[in-house]
Amino acid sequence: MAVETQAKSEQKRRYTSKGARPKPANQFELYSWYFFRVSGILLIIFALGHLVIMHLLNNVDVIDYQFVANRWANPLWRTYDLILLFLALLHGLNGARVLIYDYVSARGWRMFALSTLYAVGIFFILIGSQVIITFNPVVQVK
Amino acid sequence: MYRGQFGMWLWILHRLTGVGILGFLFLHIADTYLVGLGPIFYEDLVFLYKIPPFRIIEVLLVGAVLFHASNGLRIILLDFWESAIKYHKQLFYFTLVLFLALWLPAAIIMLSSVKWT
Repeated sequence: MAVETQAKSEQKRRYTSKGARPKPANQFELYSWYFFRVSGILLIIFALGHLVIMHLLNNVDVIDYQFVANRWANPLWRTYDLILLFLALLHGLNGARVLIYDYVSARGWRMFALSTLYAVGIFFILIGSQVIITFNPVVQVK
Repeated sequence: MYRGQFGMWLWILHRLTGVGILGFLFLHIADTYLVGLGPIFYEDLVFLYKIPPFRIIEVLLVGAVLFHASNGLRIILLDFWESAIKYHKQLFYFTLVLFLALWLPAAIIMLSSVKWT
């Protein structure tokens, strides 16, 4: 058949995972892919650590205003929580963005969904950071 | 009909647990924000989290996080270790075992601290 006798130069280039090949101009998705893996590993430390502290070493019964005031009296714990906030929110929001890309194809709905996501995301980053940074206890720290 | 195997289910569960955790995270940031409004507001809400039905939901949430983390590790191994694909099935068992080995003790510890009456 004619297809099989095509000259080699006309055959479609095959790319392997190791060879050089055209790369997209916008590297955003690449960085997003790396971010998932890097933040995922970091979250294993920060998020699982958070769960161990709150639910295994303590438990929900002892968590009250005093507990938070004592914990956030130490700037290291505030920093920990701030890092956890950013890692978890960005990891999760990026995931939600991927889901929207996968499941929302209609242009109008996609615009709406992405806008809502960014707005909600920015909002929660702001209020989360604000309380961690500016919290000033009204009780004596024990 | 497409009959996907365990890999597909793991992918679906990874997405579901991810969305679930994100939803919880929004709630959690909002409730922690109340700490800035004083003990009365904060403790009124946190009081809800201490009642038995919520403690059970909490155990499920920890399960979701641990599953998402275990499967995430499997994904990272598959992405960065070229031969990992040969051990696809073993990795699945490893993920399951890791998840249960972390979740079951945690669930027991968490549920034993609940005052059930």
